[in-house]
Amino acid sequence: MAQEKRVSYRSRWLPWLLLAPQGLVIAVFFFWPAGQALMQALQRQDAFGLGTEWVGLENFQALWNDPSYLASFRTTALFSVLVATFGLGLALLLAVMANRVLRGATVYKTLLIWPYAVAPAIAGVLWLFLFAPAVGVVAHQLQAWGLPWNHLLRGDHAMALVVMAAVWKQISYNFLFFLAGLQSIPKSLIEAAAIDGAGPWKRFWTITFPLLSPTSFFLLVINIVYAFFDTFGIIDAATQGGPGQETAVLVYKVYYDGFKALDLGGSAAQSVVLMTVVIVLTVLQFRFVERRVNY
Amino acid sequence: MKPRILTSLAAALLFAASGARAQTEIQWWHSMSGPLGDWVNDLAKDFNASQKDYRIVPTYKGTYDESMAGAVAAFRAGNAPHLLQVFEVGTATMMASKGAVMPVGEVMKLGGVKFEPAAYVPAVAGYYTAPSGQMLSFPFNSSTTVLFYNKDAFKAAGLDPAKAPRTWAELVAAAAKLKASGHKCPYTTSWQGWTQLESFSTWHNVEYATKNNGFGGPDARLTFNGPLHVRHIEDLANMARQGLFVYKGRGNAPDAPFVSGECAMVTTSSSVYGNLKRSAGFAFGISPLPYYQDVPGAPQNTIIGGASLWVMAGKKPTEYKGVAQFLAYLSRPEVAAASHQRTGYLPVTRAAYELTDKSGFYKNNPGTDVAVEQMIRKTTDKSRGVRLGNMLQIRTIVDEELEQVWAGKKSAKEGLDAAVKRGDEQLERFQRATKS
Repeated sequence: MAQEKRVSYRSRWLPWLLLAPQGLVIAVFFFWPAGQALMQALQRQDAFGLGTEWVGLENFQALWNDPSYLASFRTTALFSVLVATFGLGLALLLAVMANRVLRGATVYKTLLIWPYAVAPAIAGVLWLFLFAPAVGVVAHQLQAWGLPWNHLLRGDHAMALVVMAAVWKQISYNFLFFLAGLQSIPKSLIEAAAIDGAGPWKRFWTITFPLLSPTSFFLLVINIVYAFFDTFGIIDAATQGGPGQETAVLVYKVYYDGFKALDLGGSAAQSVVLMTVVIVLTVLQFRFVERRVNY
Repeated sequence: MKPRILTSLAAALLFAASGARAQTEIQWWHSMSGPLGDWVNDLAKDFNASQKDYRIVPTYKGTYDESMAGAVAAFRAGNAPHLLQVFEVGTATMMASKGAVMPVGEVMKLGGVKFEPAAYVPAVAGYYTAPSGQMLSFPFNSSTTVLFYNKDAFKAAGLDPAKAPRTWAELVAAAAKLKASGHKCPYTTSWQGWTQLESFSTWHNVEYATKNNGFGGPDARLTFNGPLHVRHIEDLANMARQGLFVYKGRGNAPDAPFVSGECAMVTTSSSVYGNLKRSAGFAFGISPLPYYQDVPGAPQNTIIGGASLWVMAGKKPTEYKGVAQFLAYLSRPEVAAASHQRTGYLPVTRAAYELTDKSGFYKNNPGTDVAVEQMIRKTTDKSRGVRLGNMLQIRTIVDEELEQVWAGKKSAKEGLDAAVKRGDEQLERFQRATKS
């Protein structure tokens, strides 16, 4: 554990004052909506909010009794594990490579960071075009290799498609942090290891990777949260949860029920469940994964 | 110099203020993009030019479900538009929201406009009419399900391009010939829930749901897992297995592969006509939805799609007067006829249909009357339409279950049974939510 730093203020109000802007932002953009979601989760409303009825836990009961909602947990778990694994793995690979490039490094970096500026729905549509059966460039090539691509009816293909779009969109962010992490590793350590005879592979696993662990941990948390919360745009544009419900992750159902089906109570109950899941996951990550992180 | 500038400025301000006071603005939210958006803007422009008291301000608010969600949010915040275009799927939700909407019949009365519901095409207006006989919303853009086919592809496959398949048996035979000639996608369908189950039901005069398909009350339950429905979905699944029917996605996604020439036949909304006329690189034909010959009473009539205009509650009387004027303007025979001919949507009034017929439009544009013919018929209790709560969710459930059938994971019976069971849960939920 690193040593704790303590700063003492002369005034008792100053620290609170300095915290106030951040506190206000969190209150307005997190606690207030979260409180509203909690309240709406216990209500049943018609679309226009003309009649509101307190129904207790009925919305949660309905979810519990809905087999497709329970199945969606499995879909979400698979989706987020795939997104986090590929997102982190590929970004790390790219960052290590980019870190070694001497000429034109800025060009590479800019190109790699670019996808982050693309809206999720656009990313979904982009990949949808590439993989559109019969007309998409990639689908066409796969067909030529004897691999008929059809994400409209094949659940595994559809999952692969949304994972690719979600990973592609997130790689830039991960890349940026990994690159910064790599550049803050003292060259002297790596050079010393090289003099002692460690090859590039060994140097990476024994020096670079452990020193990157705070970054990796931070990105793991962020990527899981991203996969859980931020991907409905991609899914709506690419598969709309289909075929069947094989790509209908939890957050997509929240979006669908709230904004398309106008069922605010049901949607709010789902977002409360989702919020709980993410909080639990984050706590678990801090308790168990963070132990293995060297700061 | 200075005082003169000031006075002219003041005059300008006064003029502007009085101008604003004299003209009542009416907000109209819609979901028409592209050429249809131009049509909506032209309607507003022409109406605004025709009189001085009111100004219609059309605003594009995204797709149908986006604009509806937007209007719901705006209503809750107290600034809903006056007029809202709502797709047919949202009709039951709007009807159940009594405090949020103002019946069109009442608006017309308030505006002092003579209003005769009988002037409107029955199969169209009937859908938007309450059990009490009061017209609740204004039928604006209505379409129905038809079959489009690629005449060039028919010719290449040795089929007669002048003869469209009238029955499902003929469609299967035509698809087989197309496939034999090397066609990769003989047949596909848009809006599978609407064309293959809803319209299919009314076309064969069988129930889609109890209580006259929901017209008789909110306790209706789904019945589209009957023998005829199972038979039809089974037939389509067989076609899918043989590569005669190729699934191209939900909603109107399958329209694109037909327009591009990839698919040779498509069952979809008649409103695709305008798009085809502009961008199809081949000769195409329009024909009525295929049917099963051995079913007594078939073909009956097909079902309505598209959208209607709802008047939102809580506005000023002068504003309602303006809305009434505008709706009356839209119903004028010459305006309604021009809209029908321009867009391919159904004529709203009988007079518009007759005017179009007299002008020779149908003769000069063969096929444009197919949709009208399918709709201008005496409807039965089973064929008047399908009006159910949470219809959006039911359509999605049908999409999900049919995809399982096309993929061979479920049989037709299993898929339809599951869809009915899940859909009924939605109906129960809607019934409970709107009771209060």
